[in-house]
Amino acid sequence: MEGLERILQEHAFLEDLSVDQARFLVSCARNVRFAAGEFLLREGTEPPAFFLLRRGHVVLEIDVPARGTVEMESLGPGDVLGLSWLIPAYREHLDARATDAVVAIAFDCRCLRAKLDADHDLGYALARRLFAQAYHRLERVRLQRLDLYGVR
Amino acid sequence: MSAASPWLPRPLAIAERAQETADTFTLRLEPGDCGFAFAPGQFNMIYAFGVGEAAISISGDPTRPETLVHTIRAVGTVTRALATLDRGAAVGIRGPYGSAWPVEHALGGDLLIIAGGLGLAPLRPVVYDVLARRALFGHVVVLYGARSPADLLYTRELDAWIDGGVHVQVTVDHAGTDWVGSVGTVPSLIDGLVIDPARTIALVCGPEVMMRFCLRALATRGLAADRVHVSLERNMKCAVGLCGHCQLRESFVCKDGPVVRADRIAPLLDRREI
Repeated sequence: MEGLERILQEHAFLEDLSVDQARFLVSCARNVRFAAGEFLLREGTEPPAFFLLRRGHVVLEIDVPARGTVEMESLGPGDVLGLSWLIPAYREHLDARATDAVVAIAFDCRCLRAKLDADHDLGYALARRLFAQAYHRLERVRLQRLDLYGVR
Repeated sequence: MSAASPWLPRPLAIAERAQETADTFTLRLEPGDCGFAFAPGQFNMIYAFGVGEAAISISGDPTRPETLVHTIRAVGTVTRALATLDRGAAVGIRGPYGSAWPVEHALGGDLLIIAGGLGLAPLRPVVYDVLARRALFGHVVVLYGARSPADLLYTRELDAWIDGGVHVQVTVDHAGTDWVGSVGTVPSLIDGLVIDPARTIALVCGPEVMMRFCLRALATRGLAADRVHVSLERNMKCAVGLCGHCQLRESFVCKDGPVVRADRIAPLLDRREI
C-alpha cells in the first residue's frame, strides 16, 4: 500500500495531494497493465475504472459509419483517462485502446465517488483537477476543429 | 542576392521535382558553379514566367549550396503554375531574403524545433545544419504536426534525423487505425517535454493560431519569450522592404522577418486587426 500511495502522489494529476488524502484514496486504487491493442474503455459501457496513465500510450477513437475507426487523440504518461465516471449515467462516449504496453493506476469508480462524497475537501481538490483536464482537452479539441493546416 | 539588381530574377533549371503530398511538391534547382548560399529561415521570390512571383522559404541544406530546394504548396495562381513545371523547366529566383533562424544562439544548449504543416519546410535547413555539427548542441527535439498522416512532409527523412541524434515527435489532427503515432495538436506535445528553460532556444513555424498556442504552452513551461523565435507569413511582393505589402506595424516582414523573436511579436499575434 505504501508503494501505491507514493505512486499516487508522484502522478502529475495528483501532484500536491496531501499524504492523508492519498492514503484515503489508495484503497480504491490498483496497478493495472494492458498490452498493445487491448481496450481500456469501450463506447456505450460503464467505465470499469478511472485511469492515471503511468507508462505507454492510449488512443481515444470512435467508429464512424462508412468511415471506419477514427483516432481522435493520444494520451500518455501523466494523463488521465476516462472523465465519464463522475457524470451520470456513467457511460463512455469513446473507445480507448492501448497502442503500446500501458501501465496505469485504476480507480474503482464507485469506490472513488463514495470517497469524494465522504470527504468534500478531497472532492473539491479532485474536481478542480478534473475541471482543468476537461478544460485543456476542450482547448485541444477546438484547435483540432480549426483545421489549421487546411487551405485558407 | 542577385548581384546586378534585386529586381532581376535569376533563371534556374529544375533538376528534380518530387510530389510530397496531394498538394505539396518539392523543386530541386541547380544554381550552377557559383552555388546559392543562404541561411536557414530565409526565403526566395520564385517567378513562374508569365504568371508572377511568390515568396517561398528555402527548405534545402545550407551546407550544400550546389543545390537550391523549395517545398511549395499549390494554393494560388503562381504556386499552381509552379506545380505544373517539371524537370528541365526554368523558374526565376530572387533572393535569398529576410532574417534567419538564430541557430548560433543554441550552440552548446538545447534546441526545440516546432513545426506545423508546411512550417516544417523553413525549419528543415535548421535540422540539416544541426545534423552537420550535432556534437555542438545539447538535446535537439523536433515536434511536428500535420492534418493527417497523408499530409506529413519529408517522411522518408525523419528516421535519418532520429539516427542522427535528433528526437522527433510527430502528431496528426486525425488518423485511422493504421496510424501508430500520436494524435493531437502540436502544443499538446510541448506539455510532455522536459525543458530546461535556461538552456533552450525554441524555433516555431506554422499557422499563426498554432504558434500562438505554442507560445502559451512554452511560457507555461517557463521558457522566456526572448528565447523563442517564430517565422511569420505575410503577402510579400517586392521582398526588399519597399512596397509595404507585408508591413506589420513599423516592420516589414520581408526584411525585418520572416524570423522574429517572439517577445517582439507576441502582442501583435493577439491583435485580430493585424
